[in-house]
Amino acid sequence: MDFAFMQEAFLRLIAGVPLTLNLAFTSIAFGAVLAMLLALMRMSNIKVFDWPAQAYVFVFRGTPLLVQIFLIYYGLGQFRPTLQELGLWGFFREPYWCAVLALTLNTAAYGSEIIRGGLQSVPYNQVEAARACGMSGFLLFRRIVFPIAVRQALPAYGSEIILMVKATSLASVITMMEVTGLAAKMISQTFRAIEVFVVAGVIYLVLNFIITRIIMAIEWWLSPHLRRPPAVEPRLEAAHV
Amino acid sequence: MSNGVASLSSQSAPAVSISNLRKSFGTLEVLKGISLKADEGDVISILGASGSGKSTMLRCINMLEVPDSGDVTIGGETIRLKHSRRGMMPADQRQVDRIRSRVAMVFQSFNLWSHMTILENVIEAPIHVQKRPKTECIAEAEELLAKVGIADKRHQYPSHLSGGQQQRAAIARALAMHPKVMLFDEPTSALDPELVGEVLRVMRSLAEEGRTMLVVTHEMGFARDVSNRVVFLHKGIVEEEGAPAEVFAAPKSERFQQFISSHR
Repeated sequence: MDFAFMQEAFLRLIAGVPLTLNLAFTSIAFGAVLAMLLALMRMSNIKVFDWPAQAYVFVFRGTPLLVQIFLIYYGLGQFRPTLQELGLWGFFREPYWCAVLALTLNTAAYGSEIIRGGLQSVPYNQVEAARACGMSGFLLFRRIVFPIAVRQALPAYGSEIILMVKATSLASVITMMEVTGLAAKMISQTFRAIEVFVVAGVIYLVLNFIITRIIMAIEWWLSPHLRRPPAVEPRLEAAHV
Repeated sequence: MSNGVASLSSQSAPAVSISNLRKSFGTLEVLKGISLKADEGDVISILGASGSGKSTMLRCINMLEVPDSGDVTIGGETIRLKHSRRGMMPADQRQVDRIRSRVAMVFQSFNLWSHMTILENVIEAPIHVQKRPKTECIAEAEELLAKVGIADKRHQYPSHLSGGQQQRAAIARALAMHPKVMLFDEPTSALDPELVGEVLRVMRSLAEEGRTMLVVTHEMGFARDVSNRVVFLHKGIVEEEGAPAEVFAAPKSERFQQFISSHR
């Protein structure tokens, strides 16, 4: 192994990290909103909402992300006149937005199932206690159901976030110069695949290590009720604030 | 104790009045036309074997179960119901929410919110349902937790408490709503025998304050000594009703007689 070369590769590839994280977190943010919506549609018990959501999840979970990216970027390009008429061409012309769209639609399908699982695992007796206190509708959802569901869903959603960070590498096929895109470009210039891809792999590993730690910290922060109680009551007299 | 209050409030509306309540689950008719009236200050023990409909009746009072027919009237206000495809449902959810915020319920399995501390459990509904100022709610919650004897647990989570402590926290949560009526659904049935006493002591002190309480229970001692009225349900109807001194001494119903002797 040529460590001087790997160092050079590292410096070149690290420039792609902002775009990798940008793609990942933009699509995770949009995807989470869409996932929430889909989960609520599935749990609505109303067929006109439930069935489209089921179909959506089936299609986007059942087809490869790479195919979805190609279809959105190249496929929709064939409908350019129509998209121009609709004023959407500015969006679909950009590989960045096509990648964000594909990643968003894909993660929303997986995310909705994770959120649905979280919502379904909320103990009914706690919901009933809230109803008995006069809570209903959005207040009940916001104060009781959602906070409990989030705590249940977070470990699985953490995995989904990590999968998404790795999935951004597929955006390189539509000219996005994120970490993998830069790696592929560098290999085509140097023909030294092993060093470059090892460096790329290490970068993803470090990113995901940090993200894992952040998710663990959030989990820890959200779940004091699952830990042993503090041995000594903290700040016994400081509660009146 | 609370016995004298009932006769005084004859001209004002009863705290709770249910009339001709019917409820079926599928083909099983659980309530077959139950009527019951609780005046302010009444402590009514509702007894009965499992499956007699006593919990269902209690849950109909705050619409956790919606009756198929019959009326529920709280403080003179009758809960409006309407027909829907899935049976009866409340006509006005806001009316139900408003009434529920003044009819507190204590559950068999405590049902504390697991993601909140004990103090947060107690202040949750006063702040977000009754929209009272937070500082006032916290101060009152601390008093209530002291009253039920778990002030030192206020920053702990429900899972850190024993069953008896959790149930006392649930009672504090109910009291924080300033309820006009308190419903207890077998509050000691999920507790280890040595923890039953601490919960019953709190309930006894509430009865002595003159609170209106409807208590589904298997605790004969509580029914006999604390309540001013006992209602015995059997297969969805009121089989025996009266002051505890009378019904325990001279039960008219044979089934109630059997029930008493099997619960000594």
